[in-house]
Amino acid sequence: MQVTEKKHAQEAHDDHGHGHELAHHFVSVEQQHDAGNLGMWMFLTTEVLFFGGLFAAYTIYRYKFEKVFEQASNILDPMLGAINTIVLIFSSVTMAFAVRSAQQGKSKAIVAWLGATIVFGGLFLGIKYFEWKHDAQLHVFPTSDFNWTWAREKHSEGEHGGHGHDSHGPELKGYIFNSPVVPANYVESDARNPEAKQAKLFFFLYFSMTSLHALHMVIGFGVMAVIMAYAWNGYYTANYYVPVESIGLYWHFVDLVWIFLFPLLYLLGAHLGAGH
Amino acid sequence: MSTIITSAPPASAGSKDPGHGGGVDYLNHETSIASWLLTLDHKRIGILYLVAMSAMFVLGGFYASLIRAELITPKGDLMSSDFYNKSFTAHGVIMVFFVLIPLVPASLGNFMLPLMIGAKDVAFPRLNLISWYVYMIGAGFTLVALIGGGVDSGWTFYTPLSTTYLNSNVLLTATGLFILGFSSILTGLNFIVTIHRMRCPGMDWFRMPLFVWALYATSVIQLLGTPVIAITLALVGVERLLGVGIFDPRLGGDPILYQHLFWFYSHPAVYIMILPPLGVTNELISTFSRKPIFGYSMMAGASLAIAIFSFIVWAHHMFTSGLSPYAAMFFSLLTFSVAIPSGIKVFTWLATLFRGSISFDSPMLYAYGFIGLFTIGGMTGLFLSTLGTDIHFHDTYFVVAHFHYVMVGGAIVGFMGGLHFIWPKMFGRMYPEFPARMSAILIFVGFNLTFFPQFLVGYLGMPRRYHEYPDEFQVLNVFSSAGATVLGVGYLLPLLYLPWSVFFGEKAGRNPWGATTLDWTHTESPPTPHNFEETPVVTGEPYKYDTLFNKESALAGH
Ligand code: HEM
Ligand SMILES: [Cu+2]
Repeated sequence: MQVTEKKHAQEAHDDHGHGHELAHHFVSVEQQHDAGNLGMWMFLTTEVLFFGGLFAAYTIYRYKFEKVFEQASNILDPMLGAINTIVLIFSSVTMAFAVRSAQQGKSKAIVAWLGATIVFGGLFLGIKYFEWKHDAQLHVFPTSDFNWTWAREKHSEGEHGGHGHDSHGPELKGYIFNSPVVPANYVESDARNPEAKQAKLFFFLYFSMTSLHALHMVIGFGVMAVIMAYAWNGYYTANYYVPVESIGLYWHFVDLVWIFLFPLLYLLGAHLGAGH
Repeated sequence: MSTIITSAPPASAGSKDPGHGGGVDYLNHETSIASWLLTLDHKRIGILYLVAMSAMFVLGGFYASLIRAELITPKGDLMSSDFYNKSFTAHGVIMVFFVLIPLVPASLGNFMLPLMIGAKDVAFPRLNLISWYVYMIGAGFTLVALIGGGVDSGWTFYTPLSTTYLNSNVLLTATGLFILGFSSILTGLNFIVTIHRMRCPGMDWFRMPLFVWALYATSVIQLLGTPVIAITLALVGVERLLGVGIFDPRLGGDPILYQHLFWFYSHPAVYIMILPPLGVTNELISTFSRKPIFGYSMMAGASLAIAIFSFIVWAHHMFTSGLSPYAAMFFSLLTFSVAIPSGIKVFTWLATLFRGSISFDSPMLYAYGFIGLFTIGGMTGLFLSTLGTDIHFHDTYFVVAHFHYVMVGGAIVGFMGGLHFIWPKMFGRMYPEFPARMSAILIFVGFNLTFFPQFLVGYLGMPRRYHEYPDEFQVLNVFSSAGATVLGVGYLLPLLYLPWSVFFGEKAGRNPWGATTLDWTHTESPPTPHNFEETPVVTGEPYKYDTLFNKESALAGH
């Protein structure tokens, strides 16, 4: 195949009638498609390593501080985690349909399926919002605000429907992303207890991993929105849909990360039950 | 003979041939500043990188001269210990992250890769430009941090020093490096896809020039290692901000974990620095001895082997950090095994030179220097990977000398060789050969004078990273500082004659070295905007030399 550059450029215009379908530096649509695809896989490889650093840290501290990690995990609500897992799997399904529609060149269907994906993703983040809000009230954000004594106490009160003195509900009502200042004796109790630091590590890993995951979802939303706009204008064809396929791969990856996070973070202490 | 057949023979009359748009090349087809800053052309992006990295190199060199000036006398008379710490940190951070790691791939690699595999560009030109901007933004952050107060953690950012005890700009520097990491990842990703998907017809894997193999191996490391350092630096930042004890033992964390994560990237990173110059050296040795590289497939395989091995030896930086003795023995053994592919490379070069028609052109002078210095650097690495001796050598000037032999004697000298080799292709002009040879010799002599005494002084026990030292070490330190001056002159010369040659140098013609790879045989000097007039079709090995090649006639015939 000994063709000149000029001819390639010509081909792109004549054969397909869409200037954007073949960038000038590719020889053929297939080459362009394969390149885009491989590029996305390579990117996901880096993502695995990126999360990998956190997973490595998790593994080591989980091994070192096994008991406290289980107790800390018990504070989280496995039910909400499970619901979110299901929601996310649904979003993966709708994403798969979006890619399928792209392969068939159905522009409007791409928009619809991506829209559905965003809805499910949004639902996930909504649930996450309420979880984090609750976490804040329990004082488990790993800042100076963190208090392990308080968290355990309020948590078991919550589980037992508020028996004993002050119940979970009324006291924390009216607080959104904060809660009553932790009394001084709780702070002292934490200072005496080495386990408080270990629990803080768990919550640090919990928040950094889930928020990194959430950040990936938000970036995904942004990209999907752009792709939807292009698809609405009929930019993608059965010959050219690399971006749709790429966002599909990305989204499945993000789901997969959650599939790992869910058991590691939520189910670790599930066997302890309430009250421990 | 050229091994490549196309539909038409390469235009012999060179760049003046009106057949191709009347001498339009990638430099003169557009000349506005915007056309440079928004370019998607891999050749221009390579030059953008070259300019940025040269500036960083000068800045890093400035800090190096401060360090060497302080060490002329045993007393800390020139600067405070605090400023000294900031100087060596600035030197290390700039040289490692902003010069050595991107140096060859981003400049020479960007320029040459598509030319060598017969492509019009890298797979993702826009990403390529973005990577340069990401580099500049990362550099911006880091420079603000370094100049606005400085950092004194050393380039290794060991915890808990960096997370708890220092009150310098650790956070800002870490942010800069975090951003910079993405530039490295993007380049690596781009190159891998380019090598997989953009080769021209007939360019099988085993017909690729060896530089391309080296870039491939490097890109794999960049792709797999860089995300880990990114997340590690992010954790350092978070620990500083929130006071979570991820690495601080007082808060329940583990500083050894930091070292593992850091070296999991930073050992492979030293191979990011050295593999591309190793690849460049292949091109030099083959071209300037007019022989195909002895054992092509061994050489290609050794590059990949080094990339893989590089990921399983990181703990040799931690022999004195409280590793279990079994882990230490294991990592020591694995480290020794890295020497095997490295040794293979040196011996295949020697075998290539043997009975070759070797030349003493300036690029080749650098290549000779490279072989010698890299060998010394690698061999002393073995002293350090031996558990017993490392207890003595760790954190002494012996280590400093070791890594300067590989990073400066190896990577920078290899880069200089490559730059002098590729220069005529980049700008279509020859630089003056005499100062070029002078600079190669000055660099070699100055380098050895600077760093060989450091082996000795390290062997005698002088620790690194102090601004004062006992009197008995002074003689060797004065030698070292004197050598650094010679070295500095060696680096200064190319900064003068290379830019000069862009305007006043002799016209180079498309193939002044008689090289046989596509970049020389099938593109103009400088290349046209889209590199190839016709997609080349490759039918044979990359290195096959015309024994009758004559440089003078090649130059005269342009
Ligand atoms: C045969 C190859 C090599 C071996 C066996 C080797 C071995 C070692 C060992 C064991 C150390 C740790 C010394 C200590 O801290 O006590 C070390 C340090 C170092 N090596 Fe190498 N090395 C090799 C090649 C290279 C190359 C090619 C480079 C860079 C291009 C390099 C750069 C470094 C650096 C930067 C350090 C010191 C890092 C620091 O503590 O600041 N080495 N090497
Ligand atoms: Cu190492």
